[in-house]
Amino acid sequence: MNGGNVIVERERGLLEVERRISDLRDANINQPVDFSAEIAALEQKYESLQRELFGSLTPWEKVNMARHPSRPTSLDFISQLDRFDELHGDREFRDDPAIVAGFALLRGRAVMAIGQQRGRDTKENLRRNFGMVTPEGYRKVRRLAHTASRLGLPIITFIDTKGADPGISSEEHAQSEAIAMCLYEFTEARVPIVASIIGEGGSGGALALGIADYVIMLEHAVYSVASAEGCAAILWGDASKAEEAASRLKLTSADLQQFGIIDEIVAEPLGGAHRDAVTVVANVLGAVSTTVERLARLSPQELQEARYRKYRRIGAWQKERQGDIGPPGR
Amino acid sequence: MNAYDRINLLIDGDFTEIGSDILPGDPLGWVDKKTYPVKLAGDREKSGVSEGIVCGIGSIDGFQIALGVMDFHFRGGTMGTVVGERVTLLLEEARKRKIPCIIVTASGGARMEEGMFALMQMAKTTAAVARFKDDGKFFITVLTDPTTGGVSASFAFESDVIIAEPKAMVGFAGRRVIEQTIRQKLPDQFQTAEFLLERGQIDMVVDRHDLKTTLVRLLQYAADGQARAGQAR
Repeated sequence: MNGGNVIVERERGLLEVERRISDLRDANINQPVDFSAEIAALEQKYESLQRELFGSLTPWEKVNMARHPSRPTSLDFISQLDRFDELHGDREFRDDPAIVAGFALLRGRAVMAIGQQRGRDTKENLRRNFGMVTPEGYRKVRRLAHTASRLGLPIITFIDTKGADPGISSEEHAQSEAIAMCLYEFTEARVPIVASIIGEGGSGGALALGIADYVIMLEHAVYSVASAEGCAAILWGDASKAEEAASRLKLTSADLQQFGIIDEIVAEPLGGAHRDAVTVVANVLGAVSTTVERLARLSPQELQEARYRKYRRIGAWQKERQGDIGPPGR
Repeated sequence: MNAYDRINLLIDGDFTEIGSDILPGDPLGWVDKKTYPVKLAGDREKSGVSEGIVCGIGSIDGFQIALGVMDFHFRGGTMGTVVGERVTLLLEEARKRKIPCIIVTASGGARMEEGMFALMQMAKTTAAVARFKDDGKFFITVLTDPTTGGVSASFAFESDVIIAEPKAMVGFAGRRVIEQTIRQKLPDQFQTAEFLLERGQIDMVVDRHDLKTTLVRLLQYAADGQARAGQAR
């Protein structure tokens, strides 16, 4: 399919300039010659290169940014909560490491934190199944969402998956039912739910953690009905047309905010969230906390009613006009 | 067999459609080889239905029910915003009338050409199912060949009783996707109705010819329960 990550490839030239600047800085200190002019020139080059490379990203480039191996993962967000006690297992079959979940304190308030977790290196990726959740993982989510709802703890989720696990065992263990009942539990929850899409939000496997009263999305995250490759394979029988699919799917944060499918975009530094993960994580958690505090003032009935109306509204159909049965326009 | 053939097979004769005036828009302005509206016009002509599901109120052996029947001939039965809206209207109407709801599924999943609007119909239909069931009402789904993706992972698997037709292919991921992922061929039985029954995912496998009598028997249990609950009060 796609060879390497287009963003990672693009960063190589930038890293070379970065290394030369740092070498010159060392030389400036250690040697009697003054390299300040060279350093300034290189810094200028670096900045213009960075703007040129990352100033405006195409949808496909954003897909690659969302999959960047250094991009902050759910655990990078969860570990910055005031406290976190991880809980494990679906009580039936196994514990799915692609889901990290447990009690946490968010700016002093007890919450249930739930995230999809991909690996940060090959070894961890194998253990966490590249963030693709199995039915056991979704059943863990459902169980803990239910506990949170009963105890009155707001639910905060972090979405980062290419999609639900498409393996034999997942089908044997009823992946469809596991996702469906996750959606059901979130629909019914009596507590505020705030979802943050931090990387890739792929298909129903992402939505299983995505039914929420308020949805935050990182600027370069993507959220789509299917992965770009999946969409290309489904429609055109050719996964290599992923770039074309990405441009058609309207999967960027700006598109989805315009559609009313997400509520807030948290900006990323030039070059992506991994260039300054500390700030990005703090900004997202700040937005989550503000929203949780606002929603926590509503009663369970008000929350459920507002959530129902919110999803009830999402549509793009039109009512037939009398005698107008031609192909529908926009 | 299109959706109306199936409705005629199940319903006594009276059928009032719900949401037939809800027709697709083109929220993404989708174009590939053809524009989305041109594709839809072709589907309408080919299938004889106006969208991927036909919904309405009718009687089955005297029981008034809300019935939805999906049609695979229309865009592979995919769920876009019209399917989502019609299913939601159906469940809301069933809730209002306090009658059972039966949905016959056939779907390749969410509709790509409507992007995230399509995915969100999983959320919307689920919310409608939850409200309907919370009111103590009976929900049955009948899974026909094939039922996958966004439909299987939402209302299809949220019912009280799940029936599937013999040999129907039912699963989350399509067979081709799994084979490409694991790089091996799957056994023929994989993801069939019989396979799902054995693994505890569905309640029964019922042949098309026995479907009506089976549904009626199931409706009788729920009706008896409700009638007695009424007397107890």
